[in-house]
Amino acid sequence: MIGYGLAAIGPGIAIGLIFAAYINGVARQPEAQSRLQSIAILGFALAEALAIIGIALAFVL
Amino acid sequence: MNVATEATVSAEEFHAPGPAIFELPPVFEIAGFGVTKPMLQLLVAALLVFALLYVAARQRSLVPGRLQFAGEGAYGFVRNSVGRDIIGSRDFQKFVPYLVTVFFFILVNNLFASLPFFQFPTFSRAGMAYALAGLSWIIYNAVGIAKHGFIGYLKVQCVPSGVSPVMYPLLVPLEFFSNILVRPVTLALRLFCNMFAGHILLVLFATGGLYLIEQGGIGYVAGPLAWVLAIAVSFLEMLVQFLQAYVFTLLNAMYIQGALSDEH
Repeated sequence: MIGYGLAAIGPGIAIGLIFAAYINGVARQPEAQSRLQSIAILGFALAEALAIIGIALAFVL
Repeated sequence: MNVATEATVSAEEFHAPGPAIFELPPVFEIAGFGVTKPMLQLLVAALLVFALLYVAARQRSLVPGRLQFAGEGAYGFVRNSVGRDIIGSRDFQKFVPYLVTVFFFILVNNLFASLPFFQFPTFSRAGMAYALAGLSWIIYNAVGIAKHGFIGYLKVQCVPSGVSPVMYPLLVPLEFFSNILVRPVTLALRLFCNMFAGHILLVLFATGGLYLIEQGGIGYVAGPLAWVLAIAVSFLEMLVQFLQAYVFTLLNAMYIQGALSDEH
């Protein structure tokens, strides 16, 4: 469980970075929001998948 | 007296809720086949989504009433922000019914986690999520194969464009692995694990608070605090429930778009 806590740090930072970049992009170019949103959600989903693999392993191992 | 009560209290230690809380006994049995609560919830959710959307769409008046307005808004949200923006305005119409159905089905099933009487997220049973992800896997592969043919579809999914052919032996197996094999697994695991983890967190705070209050002493302060946290976490859970339905639908749309696109 401590291992999973450590493993969640990486995806946590990654999700923060992804949404920081997304907010930056929208602030600079609001008309690109609909395009950026799908990319941001895809990136978020991919980063989140790593955290989820972690919690699945925490219960399996 | 005091020592004795303390001894009995420390004898029954706090057991953190584990995966065992998801093993529900069957509600009733049909010919030896136990029907459990999540299975019933799936049925209720399907009927509920059908009834709500049917009632909202029944009148079809030019000036919508309240319910029709809500239904149109919800439908338009999925159609425009998921269907049209991702799949593209050329051929998104075909997939809108599937996307809307999946979105509302998952949303209702997830909201069951926070509704009284249900209070169990259906997709915290992995099998339910596997079935849903398997369905969308079949759909996006079938769409791609219908458009490009079997070999052409494999080429679309597995051969990245704009890369020198020297890299193909390395990249093609990787792309095949990530696009064909891992996608349905992550799709299902994401939904399942979010619901599973959220529900376990709620149960932990609720039962932990109860246990702390039973302990007495400082527990009278810490127990209600845990319950306040449980309330906060359930609001977070509602956000997650919505977000997971949205992400599942969005990824479905993205995979369909990837299968339809001419170059990867």
